[in-house]
Amino acid sequence: MPSSVPADRLATAAVSAGLSDRVITWLFVAPTIVLLLAINIFPLFWTIYLSFTNFRANQPGRAVQWVGLDNYRSLFDSDAVWSYLQNTAHFVVWSITLQVLIGFGLALLLHRQFRGHATLTTLILLPMMLSPALVGLFWRYLFDPQAGIFNYVVNYFGGFGTFSMLSSTQLAPWAIILVDTWMWAPYVMLLCLAGLRSVPPYLYEAAEVDRASRLQQFWHITLPMVMPLLMVAVLFRAIECFKVFDMVIELTSGGPGETTELASLSLKRAAFEKWRTGYASAFAILLFVVVFGASNLYVKYLNRVKSR
Amino acid sequence: MDRAAAEVATVPAGHSTARNPTESSPAVKWLAGIVVAIYAVITLIPVAWIAMTSFKDVTEAVAYPPVVFFEPTLEGYVNLFTTRTRATPEYMESLPPPATWYDRIVRSRNMVIAGPSPFAGRFLNSVIIGFGSTFLAVFLGTLAAYAFSRFRVPLKDDLMFFILSTRMMPPIAVAIPIFLMYRQLGLADTHLGLILLYTAINVSFAVWLLKGFIDEIPREYEEAAMIDGYTRLQAFVKVVLPQAATGIAATAIFCLITAWNEYAFALLLTTRTAQTAPPFIPNVIGEGGLDWAAVSAGTMLFLLPVMIFTLLLRKHLLRGITFGAVRK
Repeated sequence: MPSSVPADRLATAAVSAGLSDRVITWLFVAPTIVLLLAINIFPLFWTIYLSFTNFRANQPGRAVQWVGLDNYRSLFDSDAVWSYLQNTAHFVVWSITLQVLIGFGLALLLHRQFRGHATLTTLILLPMMLSPALVGLFWRYLFDPQAGIFNYVVNYFGGFGTFSMLSSTQLAPWAIILVDTWMWAPYVMLLCLAGLRSVPPYLYEAAEVDRASRLQQFWHITLPMVMPLLMVAVLFRAIECFKVFDMVIELTSGGPGETTELASLSLKRAAFEKWRTGYASAFAILLFVVVFGASNLYVKYLNRVKSR
Repeated sequence: MDRAAAEVATVPAGHSTARNPTESSPAVKWLAGIVVAIYAVITLIPVAWIAMTSFKDVTEAVAYPPVVFFEPTLEGYVNLFTTRTRATPEYMESLPPPATWYDRIVRSRNMVIAGPSPFAGRFLNSVIIGFGSTFLAVFLGTLAAYAFSRFRVPLKDDLMFFILSTRMMPPIAVAIPIFLMYRQLGLADTHLGLILLYTAINVSFAVWLLKGFIDEIPREYEEAAMIDGYTRLQAFVKVVLPQAATGIAATAIFCLITAWNEYAFALLLTTRTAQTAPPFIPNVIGEGGLDWAAVSAGTMLFLLPVMIFTLLLRKHLLRGITFGAVRK
């Protein structure tokens, strides 16, 4: 125990009165671990078990059969699942790209420290704190081709005639990307801003002495220094985008057709509308493996960038 | 004393004193400020529009083209909190004059108030479940964070990573067994069920964030107290907790917002008794579809507390959204 007080004196003080540190440790840590085991780990193993059965939660009386890898086989054979994953990939990639561009751009501007920048930062951050389900709900109203203001504003500037963001198969995938970006670009902005603030000014001074151009300074100083935090932002956003459910189900509910049916939405339908519990469990495990595997790989790469 | 806040607050100030050769010229600053201000205005229009819509009457809310100038009414809020039935003109004639302002609003549409809507109850559920789970998560989180911060916990790094990894799990991956488990244990559609679930969702976050805050409190404070005859527990309660108060408050607000906004589990696990507001608000039906004025009113009432909390939290936002990984 690194401390300014001799350890033996501390030890006698602790033993002479009250519980020992070891007992306190267990008393303090155990409840959290027990809760997480009960509500996270135990259910996870249960999901794994269910994924090998034909159990249906709406027919609890029915005999449960072990079906081996059948659920996984039908997952991989299904064209629908493949298209849901493609929808998800489209959503994740474009949302993150836009959020990085807008977030980094805003951070560069805010870093100029003009008057009122702190207030504006707080205002811009507001959307990401709101309930995603209600955000999806009110954007459904804003996108309404009649009563909504989105079309009205767009047509005021552009004049695209009548169109409907949510009932066009071409536009709907972009509607969910737009709303996610509206909500989460500030998140990337906040992390980039932290990255920019961490750059020590002497680096720029040295670059100035060496007559590096602004572009070179950006490329060789700003970008590498911001990169680790930007990558953390991308990691967190990618995990969240992959899991997104609330906002999309309220905004498009997967439609029109199945153009915005993301993996998480179809998983919920399989589990709680079609009641194919075993199959849905296999789907859940597949998604879990993808998220967990991808984020672990990414963290490895991130650590390499950080240590550079 | 508010050490954590002081430390965070000093960062921008300390930075701006450093003479930076790339320090922008006034013109560039002005330009940057204008661009950011434009973005802020655009990004806040949707929220402002919903706020406006909540004060429109039912027909103005769906008028084309969208109405910008209108006479504000509380019809949306009245419709949110009541259920109404349409009455015949003869029946309307036979009624005594309206007793209250909300009666008057409803009767102007040839309707009478049939009773309260479930909204107030759903909102109360959100409050009970939000505060209950926040209290539990912060309580458990503070204990665990203190132990992780101060003691040699066996497999400390593994346990900390385990705690974090539960948060990375897609909730839907565990939703099926939790649904089955709750049905078996009678926890489905109960306040306790959602409180336990939201506690589990938040506790990993609380441990990580609070460990960061407690790490910043010098050990010497408690050690000095223990030399003076305090037990370890007394030192924890009387020395560490007051020092960590700001951090605990910030953590609590984050947990509250997460629980408050949660939707997926509330949708799956509750139907009536314990249903929270987010799954309820999208179902405020008027005559012929969603009553957008009432939906906007519900949305505003629900979002307002979060907006206020966000303003309170602004110094700790960065820390909160990165699980305490980034402190400045």
